[in-house]
Amino acid sequence: MNISEKVVKETAELAQLVFSDEDLSVISGSMSEILALVEQMQEVNTSTVIPMSHPLDATQWLRPDEVTESSHREEFQKLAPEARDGVYLVPRVVD
Amino acid sequence: MHNCSIVQQLKDLKTGKYSAVELTSHYLERIKKLAPLNCYITVLENKALEAAKNADEDRAGGRDSALLSGIPIAHKDIFCTRGVRTTAGSLMLDNFTSPYESTVVEKLRSAGAITIGKTNMDEFAMGSSNENSYFGAVRNPWDQSRVPGGSSGGSAAAVAAGLCSAATGTDTGGSIRQPSAHCGITGFKPTYGRISRWGMIAFASSLDQAGPMTRTAEDAALLLGIMAGRDKRDSTSLTDPVPDYSASLNQSLSTLRIGLCEEFFREGLDSRSEKVIMNAVRVFEDMGVRITSVSLPNIKYSVPAYYVLASAEASANLSRYDGVRFGYRCDNPVNLEDLYKRSRSQGFGNEVKRRIMVGTFALSTGYYDAYYRKAQQIRRLISNDFKNAFEQVDILLGPATPQPAFKLGEKTDDQVSMYLQDIYTIGGNLAGLPAMSIPSGFADQLPVGLQLIGDHLDESRLLATAHQFQQQTDWHLRSPELETGE
Repeated sequence: MNISEKVVKETAELAQLVFSDEDLSVISGSMSEILALVEQMQEVNTSTVIPMSHPLDATQWLRPDEVTESSHREEFQKLAPEARDGVYLVPRVVD
Repeated sequence: MHNCSIVQQLKDLKTGKYSAVELTSHYLERIKKLAPLNCYITVLENKALEAAKNADEDRAGGRDSALLSGIPIAHKDIFCTRGVRTTAGSLMLDNFTSPYESTVVEKLRSAGAITIGKTNMDEFAMGSSNENSYFGAVRNPWDQSRVPGGSSGGSAAAVAAGLCSAATGTDTGGSIRQPSAHCGITGFKPTYGRISRWGMIAFASSLDQAGPMTRTAEDAALLLGIMAGRDKRDSTSLTDPVPDYSASLNQSLSTLRIGLCEEFFREGLDSRSEKVIMNAVRVFEDMGVRITSVSLPNIKYSVPAYYVLASAEASANLSRYDGVRFGYRCDNPVNLEDLYKRSRSQGFGNEVKRRIMVGTFALSTGYYDAYYRKAQQIRRLISNDFKNAFEQVDILLGPATPQPAFKLGEKTDDQVSMYLQDIYTIGGNLAGLPAMSIPSGFADQLPVGLQLIGDHLDESRLLATAHQFQQQTDWHLRSPELETGE
């Protein structure tokens, strides 16, 4: 499958990535190559095969609905690029 | 002392041949002298020496009951270490000091191990050569013009070069076994879920699994016993009891059946590596093991299925890096969208961005069934192939890699050829099976790794098979010649 620069741009938007014009052609080339490799899967008839999402087909175990974690807000916010008065700062969203 | 197994080092510490401080100082000295190998991102000199001093004091005071007391271990920089920088080999986390400890690190530390440092790796564990690290490539101690393999390349090279007693790694598509093969060490990937993933920076959650990287299978058994077990903080960790792996290393293998994976010995396998592997097969034959041939008819689709599933899961897991709460943030963002996009585009390297793009595409509207669902169906077919094989044999055998370590830069422009480096290892991840690479000989002075794959939760038999092979051979005792002026 050939991935056009248009599809790269649309996918980049979904992934919240941005590429320069030069990089667009590089990434469309490498995505096309990887998808050509991936295309080999289409040789196999899988119409009756149940998809496998967990290697042991295990199901999630549940725990009682109890609070087990305490708040580490201050400790965590020390890691933030910008935080003040208990909130994370980002550029203004609403004027 | 740097090339002794952990089991030997524990004996030496007990008899007073050397102290934990001497052992740790010796490794720290070697790490400095062999800095060009670039095995470590962070070396914890002071903390390690302090821990070693405590271990010696405990031993002197008769309080040395901890299993690994005084043994310096390196952790792949994907394991969160409280109060210590944890980068995942990425600019994105270059400034990240973890506020909590991963279960793996916590368990090893509680068992008395000393954390000597954090090892270099391919960025977010994506790579097979360790050339994708923001902190530069790691060099193979056997030939410094060659790659150590990846993504746990720093851990593998550090063990091989005698820069720690053992190391931890993670294996999503072969990232423990492939570098272990290239560096001539023992690398063990347990059953999916055997070891908790808590605090292990996520790449592809349905495939990621931690494991020990050691000099011997005996050391791997010792570490696995400490690392394994249910963890309430990882709901995918298995609840099955953890057996005493060390105690069963000498179990009788008189009824063992080993199957050679036919598909692993076809076109694509280097003839020098094949010769080494077949010599190892003869060792098993001499041990009285029955060898047959088995087929995994769908295994050729493992690489395509893997690159869809792993990339899709990575694209979801890596969406958390947005420049807001932690990690890299771009300069002077003009609005929120600009903040997200530029932080991610500058903070991630090329291979990570490529996989996020492939994964996002495979999950996007109109393509989900053709790619993601199809890959999950292929995954089941591959898993069924292994199930059928394990009805005929107990352990599968094959090479770990298509050829010995390649040159730095040799494959960086050909990503498909790089992806095919994991052709023999990915099946074990898709099916969630325990698998390992052990040293089995040399091809042109480069180590060749023998891969053994077991059935789900059959770690004991796998380790016993590797251990008894190591009793018959001395490949695991060989070390690269390195100039340190000692």
